[in-house]
Amino acid sequence: MRFVVCIKQVPDTTEVRVDPETNTLIREGVPAIVNPFDLYAVEEALILKEKFGGEVTAISMGPPQAEEALREVISMGVDRAILISDKRFAGADTWATSHTLAAAIRKIGEFDIILTGKQAADGDTAQVGPGIAEFLNIPQATFVRKVDELDMEKRTIRLQSMWEEGAEILELPLPCLITTVKELNEPRLPSLRGKLTAKKAEIPVWGFDDLDVEEAQVGLAGSPTQVIKVFPPSPRTEGELFADAEPAEAAKIIADKLTEKGLL
Amino acid sequence: MNALSIEEVKRATEIDPGEWRGIWVFAEQRRGEIQSSTYELLGSARELAGKLDVPVTAILLGNEVKEPGSLLSAGADEVLFVKNAALDHFGVEPYSKAIADLIPERKPEIVLGAATFIGRSLLARIAIKVHAGLTADCTGLDVNTEKRLLLQTRPAFGGNIMATIICPEHRPQMATVRPKVMKPLQEPYNSKGSIHEISVDFLFNRVNFLEFVTDDTSQINIAEADIIVTGGRGLQDPKNFAIIEELAGLLGSAVGASRAAVDAGWINYSHQVGQTGRTVSPKLYIAVGVSGAIQHLVGMQSSDYIIAVNKDPNAPIFKVADIGIVGDLFEVVPKLIEEIKRRKGNNIP
Repeated sequence: MRFVVCIKQVPDTTEVRVDPETNTLIREGVPAIVNPFDLYAVEEALILKEKFGGEVTAISMGPPQAEEALREVISMGVDRAILISDKRFAGADTWATSHTLAAAIRKIGEFDIILTGKQAADGDTAQVGPGIAEFLNIPQATFVRKVDELDMEKRTIRLQSMWEEGAEILELPLPCLITTVKELNEPRLPSLRGKLTAKKAEIPVWGFDDLDVEEAQVGLAGSPTQVIKVFPPSPRTEGELFADAEPAEAAKIIADKLTEKGLL
Repeated sequence: MNALSIEEVKRATEIDPGEWRGIWVFAEQRRGEIQSSTYELLGSARELAGKLDVPVTAILLGNEVKEPGSLLSAGADEVLFVKNAALDHFGVEPYSKAIADLIPERKPEIVLGAATFIGRSLLARIAIKVHAGLTADCTGLDVNTEKRLLLQTRPAFGGNIMATIICPEHRPQMATVRPKVMKPLQEPYNSKGSIHEISVDFLFNRVNFLEFVTDDTSQINIAEADIIVTGGRGLQDPKNFAIIEELAGLLGSAVGASRAAVDAGWINYSHQVGQTGRTVSPKLYIAVGVSGAIQHLVGMQSSDYIIAVNKDPNAPIFKVADIGIVGDLFEVVPKLIEEIKRRKGNNIP
């Protein structure tokens, strides 16, 4: 089985703050991490590989330092990694990103299952996984919370795709793309041996000239959407804090509010 | 395999934005029932349509759908009902194909869908097919009437920042919109239009839908709920979720959980509010024993009203709470349950 996992290096969003003067993100000193949702995709690929054999390839599009993210997933057990990096790829929205990653996957060649996290923690769009599937014209299952069975003979995968009120049980033919949620598994920690392997691993960089893409279809130039304004979220109006209310009194304060809102 | 060729992609980009008119709303139905998020979208679409002076069209896909006419009274000038047995249950391939085929033919300038599990997966594929810009999970929509641009505002970087996004050169301008943020029309819309059934011949679906499993604990799902009572680490023990459930039951609300409570195995993941779980915006959010880590706050701070009970006066949840009660939840919540029962019983405050 040939697995391709798409990962993204993101700023640790819990550390991101907005500069109130310039309304821009303060990125300095913010640690870069592997998008947490992508770790479930990596883990699932590794679980399936351990069970059915094969090879796991991780790819990431980003600046040269995104190589660190690829080394991190190699240390978890990923077999090989490719960095998709070029100045012309910068500023890509989800359309251009899906287009570029799909071109990179085509260059890799044969694959059975592509895995991505449900969304990236910085952009939170959940659009790139389905975008890649569309460009490659393969079926997809999004927000996958459980893989029930991989049938090697029929070449199908049966899984649970999460909805608000439950999940669909779907059977997809291979090749296909799945996006992963937290419930799917618990990502492993890198092993010591994995860390050594990762340190020595050669990570090829594929740029614009390596992919079958046109300049007008990648990066900022290939992005239909544009960000025109960035601003901090409006702070919530200051609430009331009752620090010393007796439980009965506190209950009355809350109940009064519920009554006022017509909820009782 | 026929992947989209570069030539096809290029053709799609050579468009004249001036030729594109009108707003489409993807009407989401599940088991034949039109979802409430659709009515919210129609409310929002009416407002935008008023500014642009264009009609609103609801795009409904399915087979047996209950009350499709409700889309007209909720704000649609017409309904395009693509009716086919193959569209009875959602399938991303036939759905995206059916809609993507209609777009270049009828040229809507804006296409909206709810940012549900279905909407986010579906619109992402349509946007690629028609080479449109797509903005995810918007919490604010407006238009620049002069340039006829949709101004799409959404949180990013875990809610730390808001961004306004436009799509100047491609049509349609597509967006998914966070459920519960937009408001449905208060008064029925006096629509002069009707429901047009559209037939489609061949719809390709490689994905085999076997069955739907409903999570038994989520009688009221948190994404749709008007009120959510959420329990956190402060509950200390899974059996203490019973008081959250009792309170939720009295208020007819959904039960939410913090990541700590889910990770401890006290309640299943479908209840998790926050960055790794669901983003919710109910009318009322009651956080009990939730400290309010940033990942939790980004998932609930767009709620209309927030009440928090926590024994730590410095808990970050109090920064977003409209009413904060510093106290022991095991004392406060039982008293609250008692008080609610008393008021409900007497029906007087």
